[in-house]
Amino acid sequence: MKTAESIHELAEREYKYGFVTDIETDMVPPGLDEDIIRLISAKKNEPEFMLEWRLKAFRHWKTLKEPTWANVHYPPIDYQRISYYAAPKMKSKPKSLDEVDPELLATYEKLGIPLRERELLAGVAVDAVFDSVSVATTFKEKLADLGIIFCSFSDAVQNHPDLVQKYLGDVVPYTDNFFAALNSAVFSDGSFCYIPKGVRCPMELSTYFRINAASTGQFERTLIIAEEGSYVSYLEGCTAPMRDENQLHAAVVELIAHDNASIKYSTVQNWYPGDKDGKGGIYNFVTKRGKCKGVNSKISWTQVETGSAITWKYPSCILMGDNSVGEFYSVALTNNYQQADTGTKMIHLGKNTRSTIVSKGISAGRGQNTYRGMVKIMKNAERARNYSRCDSLLIGDKCGAHTFPYIEVKNSTAQMEHEASTSKIGEDQLFYCQQRGIAPEAAVSMIVNGFCKEVFKELPMEFAVEAQKLLSVSLEGSVG
Amino acid sequence: MLEIRDLHVSIDGKEILHGINLVVNPGEIHAIMGPNGSGKSTLAKVLAGREGYTPTRGKVLYNGTDLLQMLPEDRAREGIFLGFQYPVEIPGVSNMYFLKTALNSIRKHNGLEELDAMDFLVLAKEKMKLVDMDEGLINRAVNEGFSGGEKKRNEVFQMAVLEPKLAILDETDSGLDIDALRTVADGVNALRRPDRSIVLVTHYQRLLNYIVPDKVHVLLDGRIVKSGGKELALELEEKGYAWLENGTGSKPAVMS
Repeated sequence: MKTAESIHELAEREYKYGFVTDIETDMVPPGLDEDIIRLISAKKNEPEFMLEWRLKAFRHWKTLKEPTWANVHYPPIDYQRISYYAAPKMKSKPKSLDEVDPELLATYEKLGIPLRERELLAGVAVDAVFDSVSVATTFKEKLADLGIIFCSFSDAVQNHPDLVQKYLGDVVPYTDNFFAALNSAVFSDGSFCYIPKGVRCPMELSTYFRINAASTGQFERTLIIAEEGSYVSYLEGCTAPMRDENQLHAAVVELIAHDNASIKYSTVQNWYPGDKDGKGGIYNFVTKRGKCKGVNSKISWTQVETGSAITWKYPSCILMGDNSVGEFYSVALTNNYQQADTGTKMIHLGKNTRSTIVSKGISAGRGQNTYRGMVKIMKNAERARNYSRCDSLLIGDKCGAHTFPYIEVKNSTAQMEHEASTSKIGEDQLFYCQQRGIAPEAAVSMIVNGFCKEVFKELPMEFAVEAQKLLSVSLEGSVG
Repeated sequence: MLEIRDLHVSIDGKEILHGINLVVNPGEIHAIMGPNGSGKSTLAKVLAGREGYTPTRGKVLYNGTDLLQMLPEDRAREGIFLGFQYPVEIPGVSNMYFLKTALNSIRKHNGLEELDAMDFLVLAKEKMKLVDMDEGLINRAVNEGFSGGEKKRNEVFQMAVLEPKLAILDETDSGLDIDALRTVADGVNALRRPDRSIVLVTHYQRLLNYIVPDKVHVLLDGRIVKSGGKELALELEEKGYAWLENGTGSKPAVMS
């Protein structure tokens, strides 16, 4: 019974990224009030307009109630027990990688994200965010030659305040929702990216988010602006140590595509999901939205969500420009006690706007997976088109899959297509693989990868491979 | 090769096979015939280790080891191949990738080096000729959208690649037109070897025109009621299963 043993072994294997970096941390005390916000803003040496914006967001947040409409369940969060700022202690801001704490560099090495440029995957620039701050951004100078700004959000506030002021909150205003308001009040860092007119960014830009400190939340903000005729492909990855208490991650991502610009945004989310009994894990409550502002612009979201105890996110597109295109490709996997309520919103405003939604939900163990999507065709969106496809795959009989598609059409020339399916990894499929000599674990991962193929092919090559591996690891212990 | 002794098998507590005895020697082809519901497929599946098919009594020895104690994948790796009556679809997984994974699992188990994609492709192309299979099928998802005939060819093609010691072909002839039947039969015949045994499970005699068995067994109501040479199949064709049903005592003869 060798196979049965190895399955057991795999099931017990721990989350690979669950280690803690022992580093001195500058952390504000738990709790949230205007003083804390002033403190964060002061620590970051922010201009007045930023502090004003944060305070407005905070005052608005206080009037809001935490949303409960999502199909996820968790005990109430005590927002006064969270620490809203944690940063590795640095004597002064490092000017180059040589000045970055070796302990931090080692952390990213261990995560498989080497920050030394010579060791980097050719063609990927990385911004590394550790708890509340960005610790390093690679290839900055090379990109600057093309006029591309790729830096931490804090740097952007210091060096490009005009751009920040112009676009911050343009797509996701602080009034948008409870978590977006909270983020706007306390966000500490994130990535900023500006692609000038007519420039095709020659490499993948990526941000790697790492939560390290205990009892903190991570609230980062990403802002990407693609000027007329430009193109950028951006990727984010995330991990966190294993801790028994839940940690909150409430990010905001805003994308803006001007005329004929195109933004491709890929996420491989692997926050700590909690243990097999559902203890611990990250609450991933994220607002991501892109605005196709110009004509013929395009925004494409691809996400592979395998981590987090709870995921609540709906990367969306506002299709303002005529002929603009929005895409959403998603794989969401829930195993053990994970819960995910994820999907997208496609808001068609311009003429001939098109959107595509392909969602693949996989539930295993006691996982609960919900697809929630909205397609809205507004009055002036002549000849808008949408294609939606939502497939759910169940592994075992204790998990659940739920689908809530909302469609709202206000223009009679719209064309809508919606397909949905739910299937179970059948005993027949498993037995067929086993009869050909393939062990059940390998068979499940093969079947699941086949199921997700349409989405994986949208990911940049090297990340597609990573995503496939991640999926296999996340499914360990789901059969046998 | 295979020795089945007094095998009883139940599904959901209901006994389907009531004591099967069968010896298959290396190089032999045995045909197991019988009407629907006689237990033919149950026998094929229990040998391959399908969950839910519970042996309650008896023993099966495969090259001297206790087969019923082995996991399904280990049986496959030790050389048992089941050609499925209803081959299963696996969307998004290419036939090529599936079969390469299967072959390498088996090779690894047997201490052989795994084949890389290029070597595998060469091997696959050579074997495809055997069943006259369209090369396009290798890149399509496993059995997805295949016609009935394509699925059965694919089974024999897989058998050719995996080179089993014991192949059990469960109704590989069903749903095939005469040309496809001949191609599939030619493929199987080409795979005949002195050290390879084949068990054909079939409802009809016509497959046996093309694949000539050494022994024919008739399965009725969970028991082998008659065994003989290839001429038994012809006799059955002529007289029908009713001829034997009357003699088994398991069902009363119909009196009119």
